[in-house]
Amino acid sequence: MNKDFLIKYIYGIADNALILGQRLGELTGHGPTLEVDIATTNISLDLFGQVRSYFQYAAQLSEKEITEDDIAFLRTEREYLNVLLVEQPNRDFAFVIGRQFLFDHFHFLLLTEMQKSHDQTLVAIAKKSLKEVSYHKRFSSDWIKRLGDGTEESKQKIQTAIDDLWRFTDELFHLTEDDKKAVEEGIGVDVSKLKETYYKNVAEILEEATLEVPELKYFQEGGKKGIHSEHMGYLLTDMQYMQRTYPGMKW
Amino acid sequence: MSEKEVKNLEEIFEAKIARDEKIEPKDWMPEKYRKTHIRQMSQHAHSEIVGMLPEGNWITRAPSLRRKVALLAKVQDEAGHGLYLYSATETLGISRDEMFEQLHSGKAKYSSIFNYPTITWADIGAIGWLVDGAAIINQVPLCNTSFGPYARAMVRVCKEESFHQRQGYEIMLTLCNGTEEQKQMAQDALNRWWWPSLMMLGPTDDASTHTEQSMKWKLKRKTNDELRQQFIDQTVPQADILGITVPDEDLKWNEETGHYDFGKIDWDEFWQVVKGHGPCNKERMQTRVNAWENGQWVRDAAMAHADKQADKKVKQAV
Repeated sequence: MNKDFLIKYIYGIADNALILGQRLGELTGHGPTLEVDIATTNISLDLFGQVRSYFQYAAQLSEKEITEDDIAFLRTEREYLNVLLVEQPNRDFAFVIGRQFLFDHFHFLLLTEMQKSHDQTLVAIAKKSLKEVSYHKRFSSDWIKRLGDGTEESKQKIQTAIDDLWRFTDELFHLTEDDKKAVEEGIGVDVSKLKETYYKNVAEILEEATLEVPELKYFQEGGKKGIHSEHMGYLLTDMQYMQRTYPGMKW
Repeated sequence: MSEKEVKNLEEIFEAKIARDEKIEPKDWMPEKYRKTHIRQMSQHAHSEIVGMLPEGNWITRAPSLRRKVALLAKVQDEAGHGLYLYSATETLGISRDEMFEQLHSGKAKYSSIFNYPTITWADIGAIGWLVDGAAIINQVPLCNTSFGPYARAMVRVCKEESFHQRQGYEIMLTLCNGTEEQKQMAQDALNRWWWPSLMMLGPTDDASTHTEQSMKWKLKRKTNDELRQQFIDQTVPQADILGITVPDEDLKWNEETGHYDFGKIDWDEFWQVVKGHGPCNKERMQTRVNAWENGQWVRDAAMAHADKQADKKVKQAV
């Protein structure tokens, strides 16, 4: 059987964790408190752990002799399939939390469904990751409430971040051709079906945080097709630096 | 309290230390003991926090997923050590905010080694191998120090540090077993980190102001020079295994003493960095101050939210 669609399907999920983990890694040592610093680093660690499981599996499926690191570090920008949301920069702590919150709620629903996949490796990864992501979701939701129902300044900052990042949420529920194939094979999750629950769950937390739920007509998309924002090139430049500068070496 | 009562308390205190019993936060202690411990423990905590920066500098550029995960975990451990040590210091009657204030104003010091830049990936290996190696030599004796919270914190810190040190050495080993370019990278890192690592063990005994009192309180068990010799004796054979050269022409095994003789340390450089004029002193402090200032609104929000929640609970209870 041609596994190409499956490999792409895995990239689509794993690249979100990879790029968000990379963004969170930028924050280590710079957090507003030591406790938050430890927590965001921990989430980054969880995500990279998940990435390794996905990419090791993808490398196994591939007909080429490739490793997890080839997949992580040696693709061109157009070959990364993460959503635009996760590559957005760490503008301030409100954007960090807003981005995390909007992703975690999706991630949680995705992994919950992925436990029903016909692919047993993906089921195993989903089960393990779900424990971690439940914690991520609690962490980011709690901070949404703290910032929303904290001071005037924090409320305004988190509302700005949510308003700004909202345009990237619709893409979470798009299916690429490879995703559709994976769904047909009983392997992939039909993310379009998660949309309603997602917006309901997210709105509940925002309301509890005394924040406005944005109403938006126009959304941004592209990441899933490898068409990224201008931020992505710089992120990859950092991430790929060693592998590009010293090709073929062991570290 | 009468003079006699104080004298009596002092005697009880000294006897406890002599019996190797721990002093706990609620026990009576001389003011000087409290102050010395606040100074040393907060300095130690600050070193963990500032020490996150040179290594954190390579998280986004780590060369493989495995190395990235290990580095993230390591830097996170350092944050954990900082947290642990700040909490232990708080038991002596100073708040974490006050300690941060002392760090940001330059009143409190941190380990000078972190004022050197990490410019290649090999520096991450060298820091683990040499800097954590020197730190362990400094810290292992502290597991038996007289102040209970510090001693207990150090037991955990030392376990993790020795794991970090092995990890750092393994990075160096991989580089030294790699290509010529990688080996050169390792040698270059050793060249730059060797002397600052020796300085980490502190000024020579004749220039060290706190040694005598610290020995008495078991804050120190060996002198700086003894610790430095121990570090050199243990590290040189490790460099030999790596096949790279320690940058000291005078380094030589001395059959008679059973130790390595070594060259002159540039103490002018040491004092220059300690006094704030090392390659990265300004950057490190600026980064810490920025993180603190940019985080102010976040901490304010958390406090305000906690207050609101507490009010709600009170209202519900009424």
